[in-house]
Amino acid sequence: MDKPAIDVAYVAELARLELTDEEKAVFQPQLENIVKYVEKISSVDISDVPPTMHGRAIVNALREDEVRPSLDRETALANAPARTGDEFMLPKIVEGAES
Amino acid sequence: MSELYELGIEGAAEGLAKGEFSSVELTQAVIDRVRAENPRIGAYLTFDEEGALAAAKAADEAIANGRAGAWPSRLLGIPVAIKDLINVKGQPCTCASKILKGYVSPYDATVIKNLKAAGAVCAGRVNMDEFAMGSSTENSALGRTVNPYDVTRVPGGSSGGSAAAVGGNMCIAALGTDTGGSIRQPASFCNCVGLKPSYGRVSRFGVTAFASSLDQVGPMTKSVTDAALLLQALAGHDEMDGTTPDEPVPDYAAALAGASLKGVKIGLPKEYFIDGLDPEVKRLTDAAVAKCAAAGAELVEVSLPHTEYAMAVYYIVAPAEASANLARFDGVRYGHRSARSDDVFNLYARSRAEGFGPEVKRRIIMGTYVLSSGYYDAYYGRALKVRTLIRRDFEEAFAKVDALLTPVAPTPAFKIGEVQDPLTMYLNDLFTIPSSLAGNCAISVPAGFTADTHLPVGVQFIGDAYREDRLLRVAKAFEGAS
Repeated sequence: MDKPAIDVAYVAELARLELTDEEKAVFQPQLENIVKYVEKISSVDISDVPPTMHGRAIVNALREDEVRPSLDRETALANAPARTGDEFMLPKIVEGAES
Repeated sequence: MSELYELGIEGAAEGLAKGEFSSVELTQAVIDRVRAENPRIGAYLTFDEEGALAAAKAADEAIANGRAGAWPSRLLGIPVAIKDLINVKGQPCTCASKILKGYVSPYDATVIKNLKAAGAVCAGRVNMDEFAMGSSTENSALGRTVNPYDVTRVPGGSSGGSAAAVGGNMCIAALGTDTGGSIRQPASFCNCVGLKPSYGRVSRFGVTAFASSLDQVGPMTKSVTDAALLLQALAGHDEMDGTTPDEPVPDYAAALAGASLKGVKIGLPKEYFIDGLDPEVKRLTDAAVAKCAAAGAELVEVSLPHTEYAMAVYYIVAPAEASANLARFDGVRYGHRSARSDDVFNLYARSRAEGFGPEVKRRIIMGTYVLSSGYYDAYYGRALKVRTLIRRDFEEAFAKVDALLTPVAPTPAFKIGEVQDPLTMYLNDLFTIPSSLAGNCAISVPAGFTADTHLPVGVQFIGDAYREDRLLRVAKAFEGAS
């Protein structure tokens, strides 16, 4: 089988995960091995087979759309790494916006 | 019985009901035991002693008030160890990850709500592989747990702290979670009973998600009866988890009455009895088969032809779901935030880089890869279809038999540091993954000890989905057979 196409550095960026050069060097062959292993499913005949998304499919598990109590603001903010007033504080996202 | 901490739920509930000891005495015995043993075993990450004793005192008052009538539950006043990814209000919930160090749960998981309503004492939090990813608990970023039967060996994982706490008599019972074997394999390694309920039988609300189509909370206990008693409190519909059907929950303890293997059809899937099985595991599994036969069970060879693809399907589906679930750890609302987060991309990428350990990173990368444009159909899309074939294998088998009997893991507990290659570590889940993918219930029951190393080994019974009552009955009869 050809060498798997996984490019660890690129995929990590998609996953918003910064890797050190050392991690890239360790993970690349490890993940190539894992990808090569899982490619064994390519030989299974899956024509006309529907997908299984869950261990037990339940369709439309819905409730009435009514307002209910939820976490109060202080509780929801209690684990915030940084906050300002009643909001989570973040670095500036939009160029030119007021911070 | 010499010490209170050695009791299981059944014995402890009986002693409490008869007034032989109080919940405060029972809980204090567990606390003293944890103080003495935890430095050596490392089962617990934290233990709220004050909270435990307050809950025990409340239970004692309830017992005193209810002495004339029926007991609210057999869990009243019983200390239960909680795996560190299940939220208990006001307690830490780290998932054994640096990214959640310092996190305090703002609410109770539904299973905790249920346990508290039953009067259980939920105070100690036990170690695990980070975000439940692993088979040895070596992936915990916050502490090392060893096997109470041999401290040079792993307790299994990912519910290794739960198994070590039960096997080491540092609790009366414990909660674990199982995605691909994380209750059953450590139960086998530490001489416990470990039940993975059918998918959807127990609510996942408030349980930090690893792979949402597979995760289940389940009991890890000192006996099959205890597993039934604990499952009773956990199981049922929860409007906070749309995957829990509104189906009646049987009386599991009642289902155990008169449990017998006479005439029970037990299937032996030929794909599970493979070369490469540890010789002692093979010997003990064969002995378990012989024990079932001697007790009157009818043994039938069955085939689950897609077994060989289960591991591959799992290591596509589980990382895919994990990569999506773990996207919430971004340094914004809770958890670790990198000090080097000068813009929003770095806030995400560096907080995650500093917070997650290597196995979690590998799985996030693997999951992102199989979901990424150009690869989705070949990996994730195809895996979901092969999963259907695996599920059908089980459906066909359960048309013929009442339960399946298989090994739990290919080996007994291995040495700490012995398994370094990730793919080799994944092979631990070879026999537990297929039933997880199919959504069946499955239980690991102690089956004896290896000859030279004296390590515990479990045997797995797999049951039809939502037939925990029948599965527990088989397990109970096996446990009682000589």
